[in-house]
Amino acid sequence: MSMDNFGLYKLMHEDAPKNNNPLLEQPTLAKTHTTDPIVTGTSVLAIKFNGGVAIAADTLASYGSMARFRDIERLKSFGKYTIVGASGEYSDFQYIEEQVKQSLIDRDYQLDDGRSTTPREIYQYLVRVLYNRRNKFDPLYNVLVIAGYENGKAFLGQTDYLGTHFEDVTLATGYGSYIAQPILRKFYSEKNGNITEQEAKDILKKCLTVLFYRDARAADKVQIAVINDQGPKIDEPIKLETQWTFKGF
Amino acid sequence: MDAIKPFDVVQMNPLKELSKPHSMGTTIIAIKYRDGVLVGADSRTTTGSYIANRVSDKLTQVHERIYCCRSGSAADTQAVADYVKYYLSMQSVELGELPRVKTAANLFRTLCYQNKNHLMAGILCAGWDPIEGGQVYSIPLGGTLVKQPFGTSGSGSSYIFGYCDVHYKDDMTLEEAEQFVKTALTLAMQRDGSSGGVVRTVNITKDGCERKMVPWTELPVFFEG
Amino acid sequence: MSSNGTGYDLSVTTYSPDGRLFQIEYAQKAVENSGTVIGVACKDGVVLGVEKLIESKLMERNSNQRIFNVDYHVGIALAGWKPDTRQLVNKARKESQDYQSFYGTKIPAHVLTERVAMHVHQATMYWHLRPYGVCALISAYDEQGPQLFMVEPSGTSWGYHGCAVGKAKQAARTEIEKLKFTEMTTREAVKEVARIIHLVHDPVKDKDFELELSWVCDESKRVHQLVPKEVKEEAEQYAKEANKDDDDDDDEEDEDEELVDSGAQ
Repeated sequence: MSMDNFGLYKLMHEDAPKNNNPLLEQPTLAKTHTTDPIVTGTSVLAIKFNGGVAIAADTLASYGSMARFRDIERLKSFGKYTIVGASGEYSDFQYIEEQVKQSLIDRDYQLDDGRSTTPREIYQYLVRVLYNRRNKFDPLYNVLVIAGYENGKAFLGQTDYLGTHFEDVTLATGYGSYIAQPILRKFYSEKNGNITEQEAKDILKKCLTVLFYRDARAADKVQIAVINDQGPKIDEPIKLETQWTFKGF
Repeated sequence: MDAIKPFDVVQMNPLKELSKPHSMGTTIIAIKYRDGVLVGADSRTTTGSYIANRVSDKLTQVHERIYCCRSGSAADTQAVADYVKYYLSMQSVELGELPRVKTAANLFRTLCYQNKNHLMAGILCAGWDPIEGGQVYSIPLGGTLVKQPFGTSGSGSSYIFGYCDVHYKDDMTLEEAEQFVKTALTLAMQRDGSSGGVVRTVNITKDGCERKMVPWTELPVFFEG
Repeated sequence: MSSNGTGYDLSVTTYSPDGRLFQIEYAQKAVENSGTVIGVACKDGVVLGVEKLIESKLMERNSNQRIFNVDYHVGIALAGWKPDTRQLVNKARKESQDYQSFYGTKIPAHVLTERVAMHVHQATMYWHLRPYGVCALISAYDEQGPQLFMVEPSGTSWGYHGCAVGKAKQAARTEIEKLKFTEMTTREAVKEVARIIHLVHDPVKDKDFELELSWVCDESKRVHQLVPKEVKEEAEQYAKEANKDDDDDDDEEDEDEELVDSGAQ
């Protein structure tokens, strides 16, 4: 990849000392499970609004610089109250999705006590899973954004492949953390956090458009999802409107 | 691929090229059409730049109505296909009916995902089942699983994404699908040094599987400059 | 030892001279002590109903569950030795999960039934094991439509349009046979199932009971769940009224021909 989008730390591959044994063609590498991400998604964005959270991502899964799968979903609903968005290795996200859905069958459906796993529980669980895997030197190469709305409270948190995690009122991963996050933060503070659902969706759409202009791994086909007291709702993909006719162009 | 290079043999053999692992720098394609799916592949297997086999068969049957198109390391993909073949035969006995293409694809995915550091395998899994009809699944390097109306993979595929995007239609007839696959593979074989030989296709419908082969000499001719 | 089988009932691995396995028959007795459990397959789903006998007045309502969710498309209702039922539910859930994660598709009902039955059967083949004292009714709705299976303590399993086990299984089966459930909707069947459970319950001899009802049908989006409260209340209302009418009829009949009174009920 042309750029280290996710700030992946260098593992032994490049830094390992070369072996001088002439019989060996390659340097002996410490045994590692870690590889480079192969099929990847770029930024995920999210913002809290009055009575919910909006979250957005494009529908592209890249293969290096090739736009390999242009119609995949990077936003998934996990149970009754949560939507998770993923950037990074798509196969790892598929794995996480399966694991979580299976635990939701265990905890919510089979137990059948009328209680559903909350966004914060899913968030903490994912943080633990990702941190555990980094301790095994076998990380799941994702940055996940967890958005939820439960018991009248909005939740928005993020975790990466190291298990580093935090909450905020606006979030953006990958390129989005450079390009979209400042726009979202400015908007949020100007509005004093008093934002409607439509305004939240609009600002996300605007950020995705800017990302499409400036992130070579982004696409103009995007999905915007909202989670509020009605539960999760992931919209069908839409095409972004872009502008190419400025005078200077 | 570095990880599977047999370095001691490489050192001893004067013809280094020949002792490299066999790999299928390939072009493979699978498309869902009106009555089922059509899968296709070139027939070149190389060790480095030496053509170890000019008439290889990269379309492997894993069950009555399910095929996989293999690209990457020949050894790896054969091993993976053998496992899937075994699991599917076991499952069809338990089910007493045809296994689902989704099941086959999931088995390929699980094997490729869990062993991603040791495998060099890009697989297309396609076939027909009574519940969902014709289906195509793409399983590229990391073990991602994506369902698609058509899929291509292998080194040659990068040259034909454009052609496929332009000429793909929903609900093609068999003739249209054959034309699509044959043209796409020919274009890839003309531009990709690691693809070549003959075009092999398998047509999979509810009634069975039918193989076809088009020799190099009978492939369509395009701009050759 | 005489030829009637005396002395052959202590081991599950030894046949009696006339070819019976008494331990399995005793396990079946354990099932027959339990409250009645019935299941019916309809045209758009499957209904399970349980006569849950209240062991103690101090027990909370809705405790001591008898119907369980196994997977989104599968439910299970159990009659028999209670601790054994829990283990069987865990087994069914595990098989369902393993199948899903290995094959990437949901487990077909007949495969799940077969695997549960195998497990139950295993317990009849080793001297160090005790057969399951449980009968399991498995309801499911998948690509092959609504299905109902029953697994017995012997490890036998068959598919059914309708079946009943437990204390009043004979009476319940007779009632099920009178109706054409395969032509009914689950909505209608829920009422009839409730009616049958109420009918076969003997308020004089039996302990009080709680009705447990589940369905997996088009209305529940093919997800197995306990029947919603309103539907259940409506069904129980219908059951009580239908049986009241029945009782009146019976009284009248009694007056006419007093001799015909020793039948099933």
